[in-house]
Amino acid sequence: MDKLVIAGREFNSRLMVGTGKFSSNAAMVAAMEASGADIVTVALRRVDIDNPADDMLAHIDRERYLLLPNTSGARDAEEAIRLARLARAAGCEPWVKLEVTPDPYYLLPDPIETLKAAEVLVKEGFIVLPYINADPVLAKHLQEAGTATVMPLGAPIGTNKGVRTRDSIAIIIEQAIVPVVVDAGLGAPSHAAEAMEMGADAVLVNTALAVAENPGKMGAAFKKGVEAGREAYLAGLGAQSDRAEASSPLTGFLHND
Amino acid sequence: MLIQVNGKPKEVASGTTIEALLQQLQLNVHQVVVERNTMIVNKQCYADDLLVEGDILEIVHFVGGG
Amino acid sequence: MSFLDIINQYDPQQVLAEIEACTSADVERALNSDRLGPKGLQALLSPAAEPFLEQMAQKAHAITQRRFGKTILLYAPLYVSNECTNGCVYCGFNATNKVPRKTLSLDEVEQEARAIHAQGFRHILLVTGESPKKVDNAYLAAVAERIKPYFSSISIEVYPMETKGYQQMVAAGVDGLTIYQETYNRELYAELHPFGQKRDYDFRLLTPERGGAAGLRRIGIGFLQGLGNFRTEAFFTGLHALFLAKHFWRSLISVSFPRMRPAEGCFQPPNPVTDPQLAQLICTMRLLVHDAGLVLSTRESAVLRDHLLPLGITQISAGSCTSPGGYSETEKSTEQFVIDDDRTPAEVEQMLRNKGYDPVWKDWDEAFLHKAG
Repeated sequence: MDKLVIAGREFNSRLMVGTGKFSSNAAMVAAMEASGADIVTVALRRVDIDNPADDMLAHIDRERYLLLPNTSGARDAEEAIRLARLARAAGCEPWVKLEVTPDPYYLLPDPIETLKAAEVLVKEGFIVLPYINADPVLAKHLQEAGTATVMPLGAPIGTNKGVRTRDSIAIIIEQAIVPVVVDAGLGAPSHAAEAMEMGADAVLVNTALAVAENPGKMGAAFKKGVEAGREAYLAGLGAQSDRAEASSPLTGFLHND
Repeated sequence: MLIQVNGKPKEVASGTTIEALLQQLQLNVHQVVVERNTMIVNKQCYADDLLVEGDILEIVHFVGGG
Repeated sequence: MSFLDIINQYDPQQVLAEIEACTSADVERALNSDRLGPKGLQALLSPAAEPFLEQMAQKAHAITQRRFGKTILLYAPLYVSNECTNGCVYCGFNATNKVPRKTLSLDEVEQEARAIHAQGFRHILLVTGESPKKVDNAYLAAVAERIKPYFSSISIEVYPMETKGYQQMVAAGVDGLTIYQETYNRELYAELHPFGQKRDYDFRLLTPERGGAAGLRRIGIGFLQGLGNFRTEAFFTGLHALFLAKHFWRSLISVSFPRMRPAEGCFQPPNPVTDPQLAQLICTMRLLVHDAGLVLSTRESAVLRDHLLPLGITQISAGSCTSPGGYSETEKSTEQFVIDDDRTPAEVEQMLRNKGYDPVWKDWDEAFLHKAG
């Protein structure tokens, strides 16, 4: 497949995977490996002092995967910036998936706080991948602020409903000058394929893998879905035909002289 | 002396460094980040920085996330 | 990234070869897709698309009506100076041509503005040659400020400026910029512009970007038909329009279709464009950029203009004079190019109504902008 380029860096895979909600680290690793992903997201949390858990990073091959820390849990720009700085201090490369989700029910991203945080983080040298609602104008403001991608949601996180924001994502793809990564809501490989057929540059999947009966097999299935969608996009899909209604000719005048 | 770690009060001996505290808590220096009074502490300073009465520490690490 | 980075990726010879190699299957695929990429653009500009012109026209017409309704915006050019130090070999106003030179005084400009205003126009396009000593930014800013009370939108088609110059124009009340690359072919460009500041291809190419950066809300581009091969020229014009629409998303991008005819002046255009080819161009541009303004001037005949309107045109001039002072003078002076459609604005307005269009004299009010004085 053709390479994905984000902020000047090349990736072989156009599928990014999240590492949350898996039943075990083994299941997480199986899904990651089968998916062929190059980029995996992680979150930052307080250590439980009374019960220090197993270190999940020990299970992730840092040579193989680019660790993309997210700012999940942040409710405003200030919290997101704080989390991004902590992640960098933890030794990650300065990449951050920016998410600001004050609404605890649907975890919908806050456009105003996301833009504020993006402006600060870009100035601090972060490579910022913002998670947003499928809002084309917000996407433009973010790319002007210097974000490396935009990541519009297909449907609210964890809903597995697919590309419900299709028309708005199509506008974002048409107009964006940075890669468009469809994130959230993709519940099946066919959803990922649909996003890629539309011309998305990449997709990010987590819940669909984590809750599958067999996360490893589902990772492999998503890999195929993403590749099929990308190849179909590059091959040039034949669109559904909308037959023109019979109407008076517009170019007859050219044949009269 | 009394400090606060991840929202909970904790009694430590005076003269305790951040590195010593992490050892007491059985945490790997390479797997955590320490924020002291909202300022991120540089890892190189863990062995030298002495804790003082009333310090508020946040110790974070990576977990699964999407 | 600028448009220079994009155009430099292409070899015009290869682009032409690719266009000429397009098949009717390529054309049908392009016609059936919602959005054209560079491949689809090539297909519709190809000779293979000629038999599909009626289908292209129907689709272009439908898209235009969906986006713009049954409206056509009217504007008038106001030539404030024909002084020029450039040597564009195809232009009636070039420095070597012995024509009476004139730069209007501010009072004369206002007189012209009144005459144009009285005809109903509220959108005006200020036109000059390039003569830094006779016509500079300060003069143009003064012109804009003087005529501002008469018009709701002022555009300029003048020499290329630096971003700072455009900021000065915006502050003076200018909201639009028209600048044609004339030809996107570097070698031909060098040949046709033997001297003068216009020789600098790159500086001219990046002009729309400087205007966009300065906050101009309307940006018009185009190539002069007749100079280079129209298929490759249109391909690069299309890419340019797409680039500008993406990067300057607050501005409305327009594409104009100025065409030189063989009969006009001493210069014989090496690649004349026929009427069906002009129609193909207009339809292709509409299918490529659904939201762009498409502009047709009075260079074209009344009959042809009337027929080309439904193919995607959104903006036309009427009753144009292409010499400085032409609107208020009685005797004819030297014109930059010959007007073919010499109907009065009132006649054009009536024609639009007869064809079921609403003639729009203004779609814009400077007064609502925070920058307005």
